[in-house]
Amino acid sequence: MMEDRSRLCSVWVGSETGILKGISLYHKQAFNFCNTTHLSRDQEVRALCWGDPAETELLVGSVDGTVKTFSTEKGAFTETRRCGDPADGCFTGLAVLSDSALVTCGECGTLRVWRDESSEPVTELDAGKNVCRMRQNPVDRQKVATGGKDNGLKIWDLEKPEKPVFFAKNLRDDWLDLRRPHWVRDMAFIPDSDKVVTCTGHHQVHVYDPSSPQRRPVLEAEYGEYPLTALSLSAAGNTVVVGNTHGQIAMLDLRKGLVRGCLKGLAGGVRGLQCHPSQPLVASCGLDRFLRIHSLEDRKLQHKVYLKSRLNCILLASRDLEAGVGAAEQASQEVKEEDDDLWDTMEHVQDVEKRKAKEEEEPQKKSKKKRKKGQD
Amino acid sequence: MDITEVPVSQDIKSKKKKTKKPKKKSVSQEGSGVEENQVEENQVEEKMEKSESATAFPPTFSVSEIKNKQRRHLMFMKFKQEKRKQKLQLKKKKKKEREALGDKAPPKEIPKTIENQRVYDETTVDPEDEEVAFDEGTDEFSAYFNGLTNPKVLITTSDRPRGRTVRFCEQLATIIPNAYVYYRRGLALKKVIPQCNARNFTYLMVINEDRKVPNGMVLCHLPDGPTAHFKVSSVRLRKEIKRRGKDPTEHHPEVILNNFTTRLGHSIGRLFAALFPQDPQFVGRQVATFHNQRDFIFFRFHRYIFKNEKKVGIQELGPRFTLKLRSLQKGTFDSKFGEYEWVLKRHEMDACRRKFQL
Repeated sequence: MMEDRSRLCSVWVGSETGILKGISLYHKQAFNFCNTTHLSRDQEVRALCWGDPAETELLVGSVDGTVKTFSTEKGAFTETRRCGDPADGCFTGLAVLSDSALVTCGECGTLRVWRDESSEPVTELDAGKNVCRMRQNPVDRQKVATGGKDNGLKIWDLEKPEKPVFFAKNLRDDWLDLRRPHWVRDMAFIPDSDKVVTCTGHHQVHVYDPSSPQRRPVLEAEYGEYPLTALSLSAAGNTVVVGNTHGQIAMLDLRKGLVRGCLKGLAGGVRGLQCHPSQPLVASCGLDRFLRIHSLEDRKLQHKVYLKSRLNCILLASRDLEAGVGAAEQASQEVKEEDDDLWDTMEHVQDVEKRKAKEEEEPQKKSKKKRKKGQD
Repeated sequence: MDITEVPVSQDIKSKKKKTKKPKKKSVSQEGSGVEENQVEENQVEEKMEKSESATAFPPTFSVSEIKNKQRRHLMFMKFKQEKRKQKLQLKKKKKKEREALGDKAPPKEIPKTIENQRVYDETTVDPEDEEVAFDEGTDEFSAYFNGLTNPKVLITTSDRPRGRTVRFCEQLATIIPNAYVYYRRGLALKKVIPQCNARNFTYLMVINEDRKVPNGMVLCHLPDGPTAHFKVSSVRLRKEIKRRGKDPTEHHPEVILNNFTTRLGHSIGRLFAALFPQDPQFVGRQVATFHNQRDFIFFRFHRYIFKNEKKVGIQELGPRFTLKLRSLQKGTFDSKFGEYEWVLKRHEMDACRRKFQL
C-alpha cells in the first residue's frame, strides 16, 4: 500500500511537525509518510537528500540529531542512524559521497563524515560558528561548501580536511567605511566552473570564483530589502532563483546580476527552493504551508498544494515531475513494442516507396486545405 | 418624442434588473415595466413642456447633454425621483402578489453577498484533522491552552503618545485583565522584549499612532512569538459611544471568536484568545467579541443580562475598534530579519474580492 504511494511521488517535502510528505503531481495527491500516532516536534525535518544515484533512498535529517533512511521502493523508514548530539544544533545540510559515506553538518559548525555502520565519524572538521547551510558540489562530490552568520563562504575538500580549499575574505567596507558583515544563508555550485553563488541575510547575491586570485565576490547583486533565505540554480546554470522571508521569489541573471522576473503567489517566507534538473520548473515551500511549482519560462504558477504544516525543505526527483511513474513506464514499454513492430514491418521497405507515400500524403493535405477553404 | 427617450431609461432599467434578480423574473415583468415606463416618461415630458416652451430634443437624448448646469441638475433630480417612484411601485406590486398567493408564494431569494459567494479556501480547518490538531496542540500557545501560564499583558505605545492614543490604551487595560500600561520612554522594542520575558509577561501590545489617532497595533506573544501586525481603524472610545453602560468591572470577561475558519484564522483566533484568562467570571456578565467579517476583525465589549427565559439584553461598554491583519511573523518582534508566516500583499491577494484570508 505505502510502497505504491511512495513510488508515485516525485516531490518530497519535510515539515516542521516531523512528517515526510510525498506529492505526486500527476495524480494530484499528497501522502504523509510517518507514524501519525507518534508525532513529535523532535522529529522536525531539517535536511533532505538522495541516498543513492538511482533515487530509491531518501535521507531525512531531523532536529534530534538522527538521520533516517526512507526507501521509496518500500515506502517506509528502513534505518535510523544517530549522527551527533542534539546539542550540536540542527542539521544544516546532508550529503552522500560517491562511496556511500554520509556527510552531516550542524548549526554549530561541526562537519562530519560517517562511513558504514560505525558510530564514530571518520573525519570531523570545524567550519566555524553559526553555519546556516552546507552544500555539496554535484560534480566533484568530495567538495562541500559551508557558510553562515559572520562566517564567510568556505569550500572544503573532504580528502584534505585540515584546511579549506577556499575561504572568502571579508567584504570590502562600504562607502561610509563601515564593516559589512557576512551572513551566508544558502549557496550553490555553478556547473562547468569553479564558481559558487551565495545568497545572504543582507539581501545580496554573491558569486565567488575560487579559480581566480580574488577572494572577494566577483559579482554582487541585490534583491529586495528582506533577508534571502533560499537559492537554487536553474538547469541552464546562468540564472539563479532566490527567495526571501517575505515570500518574494526572483530570478536573477548571473551574467550581469539583474533581476529577470519575480514569481508571484506566495504568502509567507520561503524555506526551501529547488529547480528541476532538466525541466524549467522551480518548486518552493515555506512557512505558508503551501508547496508551489512555478514555470521558469512564463513565471506562471503551475501547481499549488496545501500541506497542513510549515515546510522546511524540499527535494525533487530528477525524472519528469508531472508524469506518473506507472504511466511513464507503461508508455516507454509500449513505445518499445511499437518500435519493434514497426522495424519488423519496415525491413524490406525501400526509399522509393517512402517517396510515394509522401506524395500520397501531400495531395491529401491539399485536398483538406481545399475543403477548409470551401467551408469558409 | 416619447420614442426618443425610451431607449436610455429602458437601458438603465434592464441593467438594474439584471443586477438584482435572476433573469426569469425580469422577463415576466419587463413587459409591464416598460409600459409603465413609457407612461411615466410621457408625464415627464409633459412637465417639461409646462416648464418651458416645447422644444424638440435631438433623437438620442440624455440628461448629461443639457448644458445649463442648473437645468441639468433639476432634470436629473426629476429623473431620479421618477426612478425611485417606479421602484417603490414595483416593490408594492410584488408584495401584493406575494400576499395574494399566500402560502404558495415562492420562497424569498437569499441576497448574494461576497461572503456567501466566498471562494473555497483549501486551508479551512477540519476539526477532525489529526495533523492540524497536532500542529495547534504543540504551537507557542499550547502552554496557555494547557493551563500552564496565565496571561500578563504589557501595553505601550509609539513614542510620545498624544490624546486619543493614551486614552485608548487606558481603556484597553480595563478590558484585558492583568494588563499594565507603561510609557514607552523611547525604548526599542527589541530591548523591551527581554525585559518583559524576565518579568513573565506573555504579551506585548504596542499601539501606534498617526497624528494623534491610533492606526496600528503590534501584538507580540512572548516568550517565542508569533507577532501579528494589525491596522487599527474606526476607534471609538467609551465617551463617544451612545447608550453605553457603566464602566466595566474587573471580572474576567468571556471571549467570543467568530468566523476564524482558515488555518491562518485559527492562528489569529488563538492569539486573541490567549490575551484573556482562561476561566471567565460569569458574575461580571461581560463579553469581549472578536468578529471576523471579510477579513476585518471587529472588536466589541458588552455586558449582558437575562431579562427572562427568552429575552437577553446587551449593553455596549466600549471601546470599539476594527482590526485588519497586515502580517503574521514567526518569533518575537523583528521586522528586519524575522521570518514572516503570512504577509498581506495588496493587489495580489485581494485581486479577487470573494477570496478571504481569515
